[in-house]
Amino acid sequence: MSIDYTEKIPNNVDLAGDRKLQRALESWQPNFLNWWKTMGPAVPTQDVYLRTAVDVGREGWAQFGHVAMEEYRWGVFLAERGDDRRIAFGEQKGEPVWQQVPGEYRADLQRLIVIQGDTEPASVEQQRRLGETAPSLYDLRNLFQVNVEEGRHLWAMVYLLHAYFGRNGREEAEALLHRNSGDLDSPRILGAFNEETPDWLSFFMFTYFTDRDGKYQLGTLKESAFDPLSRTCEFMLKEEAHHMFVGTTGVDRVVARTAELMREHDTDDVGPHGGIPLDVIQRYINFHYSVSLDLFGSEQSTNAANYFTAGLKGRWQEERRRDDHVLTEDSAYVDLVKDGEITTNEVPALLALNHDLRNEYVKDCQSGMKRWNRVLENAGVDRTLTLPHVGFNRDVGLFADQYVSPSGQLMTKEQWEAKKDSWLPSEVDKTHVRSLMRPVYEPGKIAGWIAPPSNGINGQPFDYEYVHLA
Amino acid sequence: MTTTENAAAGPTDPDAAEIPKISFDTDPASYKHWTLDLDGAAETGVAYLRLDIDETAGLVPGYELKMNSYDLGVDIELYDATQRLRFEHPEVRAVVVTSGKDRNFCAGANIRMLAQSSHPWKVNFCKFTNETRNGIEDATTSSGQTYIAAVNGTAAGGGYELALACEQILLIDDNSSAVSLPEVPLLGVLPGTGGLTRVIDKRKVRKDRADVFATKSEGIRGRQAVEWKLVDETVPKRAWDETVRERAAEAAARSSRPAGARGITLPPLQREETDDGITYRHVSAAFDRAQGLVEITVHGPSGGVPESLERVHELGADFWPLAMTRELDDLILRLRANELELGTWIIRTKGDVEDALAFERIIAEHSGDDWLVNEIRHYFKRVLKRLDVTSRSLIALIEPGSCFAGALLELALACDRQYMLDGTLDEEAGEQGDEAQIVLSESNFGAFPMGNGLPRLASRFYGDDDHVAKLRQEVGRRISAREAMDLGLVTDAPDDIDWDDEIRIMLEERASLSPDALTGMEANHRFVGPETMESRIFSRLTAWQNWIFVRPNASGPEGALRKYGTGRKADFDRRRV
Repeated sequence: MSIDYTEKIPNNVDLAGDRKLQRALESWQPNFLNWWKTMGPAVPTQDVYLRTAVDVGREGWAQFGHVAMEEYRWGVFLAERGDDRRIAFGEQKGEPVWQQVPGEYRADLQRLIVIQGDTEPASVEQQRRLGETAPSLYDLRNLFQVNVEEGRHLWAMVYLLHAYFGRNGREEAEALLHRNSGDLDSPRILGAFNEETPDWLSFFMFTYFTDRDGKYQLGTLKESAFDPLSRTCEFMLKEEAHHMFVGTTGVDRVVARTAELMREHDTDDVGPHGGIPLDVIQRYINFHYSVSLDLFGSEQSTNAANYFTAGLKGRWQEERRRDDHVLTEDSAYVDLVKDGEITTNEVPALLALNHDLRNEYVKDCQSGMKRWNRVLENAGVDRTLTLPHVGFNRDVGLFADQYVSPSGQLMTKEQWEAKKDSWLPSEVDKTHVRSLMRPVYEPGKIAGWIAPPSNGINGQPFDYEYVHLA
Repeated sequence: MTTTENAAAGPTDPDAAEIPKISFDTDPASYKHWTLDLDGAAETGVAYLRLDIDETAGLVPGYELKMNSYDLGVDIELYDATQRLRFEHPEVRAVVVTSGKDRNFCAGANIRMLAQSSHPWKVNFCKFTNETRNGIEDATTSSGQTYIAAVNGTAAGGGYELALACEQILLIDDNSSAVSLPEVPLLGVLPGTGGLTRVIDKRKVRKDRADVFATKSEGIRGRQAVEWKLVDETVPKRAWDETVRERAAEAAARSSRPAGARGITLPPLQREETDDGITYRHVSAAFDRAQGLVEITVHGPSGGVPESLERVHELGADFWPLAMTRELDDLILRLRANELELGTWIIRTKGDVEDALAFERIIAEHSGDDWLVNEIRHYFKRVLKRLDVTSRSLIALIEPGSCFAGALLELALACDRQYMLDGTLDEEAGEQGDEAQIVLSESNFGAFPMGNGLPRLASRFYGDDDHVAKLRQEVGRRISAREAMDLGLVTDAPDDIDWDDEIRIMLEERASLSPDALTGMEANHRFVGPETMESRIFSRLTAWQNWIFVRPNASGPEGALRKYGTGRKADFDRRRV
């Protein structure tokens, strides 16, 4: 049977000319589709107005149309690059980048790709049931768009495993489908990806904070000396930006609706009026931000140092930085708790790379706060949302065993536990948010706890039939 | 190991010294240090190997080989002589090893040479000399060629170790000639060419006496040497020649060698050497210096199988099993000595499985009744043992067109890992034809034992006799990659999709590991189960010696090896480790 690979699996990696890769992907694809059917979106649909990437160019990367989701064309794309790319950092700085996996780094590169790949299908699994309570067809469509793109990102990582890591890579690619989010026996690798996304506020927070961690991880891999990984991640970053758009505007709209209800009813307690109180939003921020910080790993890390020195994983915007890109002589300050105080400690810069990346992330998250506070300000609400202290609610890294308040006060476990419900979503909060989650599937209609978007997708109006339910 | 040389000038840092390229080619007419005396051998069956070292003819500059002390060049000649005795002189049934110098049998390895040599050189030198001495013992046990040491002067260190490799040791009783192992007291190292081991294992010297002997620099002579079993007998000077002749004649009389056998000639090897490899007629090696590896291909027999034993003798050194074995032997020695940075050896075979088996059948059928065929079998056995103790990562790649069958399969089994291609590589399909197959033969079950006394299969499946018995039922059957995988005969059997990547990544990964750790790891994994004198020489004596060699107490600027002959004492770090 001859298959038109370009049609079935859009790609720019010459899949049609690579028999080995074809066979590898062919045996993997049925398993992937099977996974998608059992672990993917639970709401049955006929088709969804989705963006499909068929090329990496301006024209190709965003083709819109209604497609049945199981027929979505998950493609494999590498960003186009010049031929003379050089390693930008580490011990082998200045040497040509690698088009093959050097055996010396096989284990490390494979591990990095597997961890990245593991997060992609995880979020699909976490968000599986969300469609049942979508606040509008527009939002439902965005959810599915995020889902299929996470699926494509899984494809991207699987492509790398298949194309460059031999049999071992194929086995790891299989395992990506066998680990499932929240599965007791075979969970996803990173803890944050085993938490169910129970409601849409969580979904927006997840796409804002957790997908943003993904953006930064991809950003470091984009610098990799292993060129196929670098180019894959560069293209993925484009799609990741859309996921964060969903999160940013999603929270925008929740905040806007809350402000509207606060003004309308002249109260902070908009719960009884079908809204989500600002305090609850703040607690959701506190939660999602802090667990996402854990994804950066320990602030002080020899693994990260080794990856950097070997050229496997760079820093955010590595090439724009003005230093020697080797860092053997530099030092950096990391936050930690010492003698009952939150302070900083000077360590070799190489050991503080996770901390460096996390700081970039924190700066980026701040911009979201500014944006949402502007929404509040414009609505005439004299309240602000803030990011909690980096030491708050941490399970990983130098703050893991510390009890830090959102404002950055060190306290005892008892003190912290006593205040916990005012800082993190309580059962009451969650129950309330869940009570608001009622599906609205009528075109042009929207749930009462969220404002409509200012624009539709691809120039379509808000009341466009983005999704045809089955 | 002694020398009287004045080393006042003090050697420079040995590990900075460049290692000269070594050739193992020689023949009796070119010997500088030995004479192979075959006068009357046709009648008496006795040959004399006389050591008369040309002290100005060291292999590299920087030392004089005084007092019959040797360097690698001397041992290369000795190895050549032992090989020629076995193949060219089947009439020889006893070999007398003696000295051509008065009152001086052999002073062992030259100390100036050792002091100026880099660590790899020392280790390689010792390995080769050990293998040659093991070969001497093998000639005695397997070829009916008994070696007798006629120690007609002082035998110190390596000189006595050479005598220890012989079946009998006669010591001249002149009230001054002694045997000794002075390495510990004088040089701060071990008698590393089997000395310590053979004294207790082979000569059965009591351990307390061995302790006294090995710390007594002047050694032991006369009656005490006999009482302590260090030598078999002492002989007064006037009866010396006659007694040596008698003992040799007795040994010759016990020999199993056939009467009237005619030897074959071992002509110089045809070899083409470039910077990128070595090519022989049946064996080739391509160097990949960037990857730090060498790809060795052993070609199976071409041309017809000899129809008779006569034809085998007629072919002589051209008979494929012998020709191939000689070439492989030479290649192993050259790579070990000259290509230290090619840390991984990939071993392939190319040829027809049936032809390989047909040749092997000749060996199997006649090694009991034909001296030449017997020699070839034992020679291949020794070359395989060289592989076993080679400090390189050995990887067998079993691909379509290969002939890892029977004896040649031993090459793969000697490797640290075996990879067998499942299927064919597509682009070459049609040309390559059949898929890779391996074949077990009876010879995999005992014809080529390792240094530990076990066949490689028995070592591989140590403690699982049932599995070895099961494998025996597979003899003669062509075994595919998947079956080989199931039978545990290969490490992995990637298919065409994976082959290139798997192999490349595996090799690169290997190349990134510490060479020292790999050497140690491989040596540990290769030798499972029981110990023999031979395995103890390599695994225990050599390992300890190599440790001592790198310790400052031996080779540091204040160490005994470097201080020897300077008139100054070594300054030891007194801490026991």
